[in-house]
Amino acid sequence: MAPQSVFKQIIDPDSRADPYQFYSELREMPVRREDDGTYVVSTYREIVDLLHDPRISSDRRNLARPAPGEDEADVMPSLSFIGLDSPEHDRLRRLTMRHFGPPHTPGRVTGLIPEMKRIVTELIDGIADRDRIDVVDDIAYPLPVGVICRILGVPHEDEPRFRVWAEAIVETLGPGEVDRAAREKRRVETGLQLSEYLKGLVDARRSTPNDDLLTGLVTYEGPDGRMTPEEIVRTAGLLLIAGHETTVNLITNGMLTLLRNPEMLERLRAEPDMIIKTVEELLRFDPPVHFLSSRVALADIEIGGVTIPAGSPIVLALAAGSRDPAHTPNPDDFDPDRPYNEHLGFGGGVHYCFGAPLARLEAQFAIGQLVARLRNPRLLSDPPPYRPSSTLRGPRHLMIAYDGVLPAAPSW
Amino acid sequence: MRVLIDLTRCQGYGQCAFLAPDLFTMHGNEAVLYDPDPDDSQRENILRAAAACPVQAMHVDRMIVQHRHTPGPDSQGAAAFKRDGRIVIVGASLAGARAASVLRREGFTGSLTVIGDEAHAPYDRPPLSKRVLTGGVPAEHTTLPRLKKQIEGEWLLGAPASGLDLARKVVRLADGREVPFDKVLIATGTRARPWPHADQAALEGVHLLRSMEDSDALRQALARRPNRVLVIGGGFTGSEVASVCRELDLPVTVIERGSAPLSGALGGVIGKIAADLQRENGVDLRCGVSVTELQGDADGRLRGAVLSDGATVEAEVAVVALGAIRNVEWLHDSGLAASMWGVACDAGCRAVDVNGLVTDDVFVAGDIARFPHPAFGYQFMSLEHWGNALNQAEIAAHNMVSDQARRWPHLSMPVFWSTQFGVNIKSVGVPTFADQVMIAQGSPAERRFVAVYGYQGRITAAVMFDHGIWLDFYQRLIERAAPFPVDFRHADQAANDKPVAAQTPERIMPAAGATVVVTGHDPAERRVSFMRISP
Repeated sequence: MAPQSVFKQIIDPDSRADPYQFYSELREMPVRREDDGTYVVSTYREIVDLLHDPRISSDRRNLARPAPGEDEADVMPSLSFIGLDSPEHDRLRRLTMRHFGPPHTPGRVTGLIPEMKRIVTELIDGIADRDRIDVVDDIAYPLPVGVICRILGVPHEDEPRFRVWAEAIVETLGPGEVDRAAREKRRVETGLQLSEYLKGLVDARRSTPNDDLLTGLVTYEGPDGRMTPEEIVRTAGLLLIAGHETTVNLITNGMLTLLRNPEMLERLRAEPDMIIKTVEELLRFDPPVHFLSSRVALADIEIGGVTIPAGSPIVLALAAGSRDPAHTPNPDDFDPDRPYNEHLGFGGGVHYCFGAPLARLEAQFAIGQLVARLRNPRLLSDPPPYRPSSTLRGPRHLMIAYDGVLPAAPSW
Repeated sequence: MRVLIDLTRCQGYGQCAFLAPDLFTMHGNEAVLYDPDPDDSQRENILRAAAACPVQAMHVDRMIVQHRHTPGPDSQGAAAFKRDGRIVIVGASLAGARAASVLRREGFTGSLTVIGDEAHAPYDRPPLSKRVLTGGVPAEHTTLPRLKKQIEGEWLLGAPASGLDLARKVVRLADGREVPFDKVLIATGTRARPWPHADQAALEGVHLLRSMEDSDALRQALARRPNRVLVIGGGFTGSEVASVCRELDLPVTVIERGSAPLSGALGGVIGKIAADLQRENGVDLRCGVSVTELQGDADGRLRGAVLSDGATVEAEVAVVALGAIRNVEWLHDSGLAASMWGVACDAGCRAVDVNGLVTDDVFVAGDIARFPHPAFGYQFMSLEHWGNALNQAEIAAHNMVSDQARRWPHLSMPVFWSTQFGVNIKSVGVPTFADQVMIAQGSPAERRFVAVYGYQGRITAAVMFDHGIWLDFYQRLIERAAPFPVDFRHADQAANDKPVAAQTPERIMPAAGATVVVTGHDPAERRVSFMRISP
């Protein structure tokens, strides 16, 4: 039997706690062809080049050989702008951005800061009478969910329902073509349930508009026209899932890393501003998204000494690239003082993470306040149990103990 | 606090505008506007914005350096020079200031003198034709971060240099002082080309735009809401001024001698798109004509202009945007190859004398440097680009303190940008070094596209309108001398475009404007002398 490829080792669930040990081996061959025809790209320069290469598509309908069972009819319902190219991608992203950020709504995210801070304070107040928590269930999950529900205008009380869908959909994402058809099938099934739910909300907004993003998508009509009902449902589904399943890992990975680096914990208490660079370093060092796995070469592309043939699936190993020693000195050190921290934590190019500003602020507030308020926090199990996905990688639970909770500083 | 965004690197992700919306504003889809001197109370927001920049293009209170450089061991001579040498930098704008900071970074601890004709600490000029004019940012907010105060050295500001004596190794100042050096960097840049008729230029309402004072004076003139603004010259400065006027809802007429605005830099094809953009935005654009006379009233105030086609334009404000003149006059007796095209130097920024000999102790950087670029047929070029000043000054400073074997060539790809009428224009390569152009991506009708320029079958430049995120890709194609026309399948809107003639202006030949006389018979005697053509 041929030895297992390093890439297969990485996506093996047993490697979830520490995929980093394999990334340097992966980078030895910056562009690597897997048996199934997938090209895995793992060095910083090459990843950045491909993220900015117009010959790379995000639309899997451009594959030369679609994965078995992945025909167009199945893929269509799940297409949101993350899986589309220009001009559809640009139009849908612009129509969504109009209600979320600059140039048309520049103060939207910072306007949510008081709300984010309120949620963080309430969540930490809520654990004051305990001496141990699960960082995931008690803090890292409820915060981004509360915020995304608020932005979108999704009733928070429906959370248990869409949590199931979101998790099911995330489990179907990931690199590897072998079982992709089965995963796509599951994703489509779950996606339909989520779509039905969102359709109801969209219809409600049409008759009773308010100030949320969903209403914006339903009512706005401008130079780009307006979104179709299907587009609205797909876009809302994308934001809801992305808003659920990524920041939770950033916050949890962050607490895990800091609890493994107590001297950094001390510094953060003394220098609260450091949280900004700390979160940036976390995005490099232990990011929530490890792979972009749905890119397709539209032409033969020469890169890293290899020619990727047109029609080939491409996996960009973002987390390996952010630890490329050719890009970052001492990449395996957690060092928030790096004078220059350019990383792949949110991808890059036209598909750069839509919610990046939200994720940054939520992580800064949640981690910053946990560090400031928990007395003597410590890990109860290391490594913690991980969720199965190798793409959206993070602990299932992160149990910690502490000796008490300080009150929130009045100025924060 | 001092903030500077390297807009050469900025790709328009807008993360700063998300996180500090009071300080950073997206103008259109891609261009970012900001106040370079925000209040300290905004500190947290600024730190957030700077950390979040995906390409780390924001400098806060100091200039960060992207690339890593570990200096190797110096020879004895280089080490001694780094310790005790005397360096004089003439020119205290972006290139001079950048060189000063790189010299210190490289470990130069000797004496450093920076001479500048303006009384200000080094400042950033791009905002002067944009946000300063609208009143969005006070002119004095444009001071560059961490320069004058933090770089240890003697700063002789408001002290123009008047001569360079290479035999005695001194820089002469206009006030009679002499500043001795072991090595000197020439970075005196350019000034705005004035209106050729002095009496007309002196009319109240006639403006140039180069310095902080120029910008502030023009801002005040625009704030008085003139009946019309006449912009003479449709290059980048003129077009940006016209854009500001429309933003302020002022009537504006642009007079461009060529076939279209920006055609001098980008050729007639893209110039035509720029022309459409101006007209859509309400600019009264007149191409193929020139201003023959500026007319004043009895009180010496500008009243209007007469054009070469006989038409007249009434305007209370005129902006003379006819390009730049290189500040070389102080070098006329220096023996250096200094002409209206700049001071010739090699790729390592060492100045060339009038005989074509490379000097060892005289370096040149920034707008004034005229250097051969291997990627463009070794053509001598001087680039009036922000990014070139920054990069070339770094090369010059490094080479000034390095042994021959450790010197670097200045090979960076030219990149520049402009913001006008809500569109972010970026250029990489040399668009005038082209015979054909084609739209490779996007849609000119939507003003979002990439135009690729080719010369004899290879790619030599790309110009982007609101498509700056693709710049690096095209830069690599240029660096690899990739074939033109491009015909790859891509994920952007398909332009289905065929190459057409680029309509670039006739290229300046290396010898143009530099007429020399060769004298002497024996090799030891033969010399060149320069016949100067006044600009």
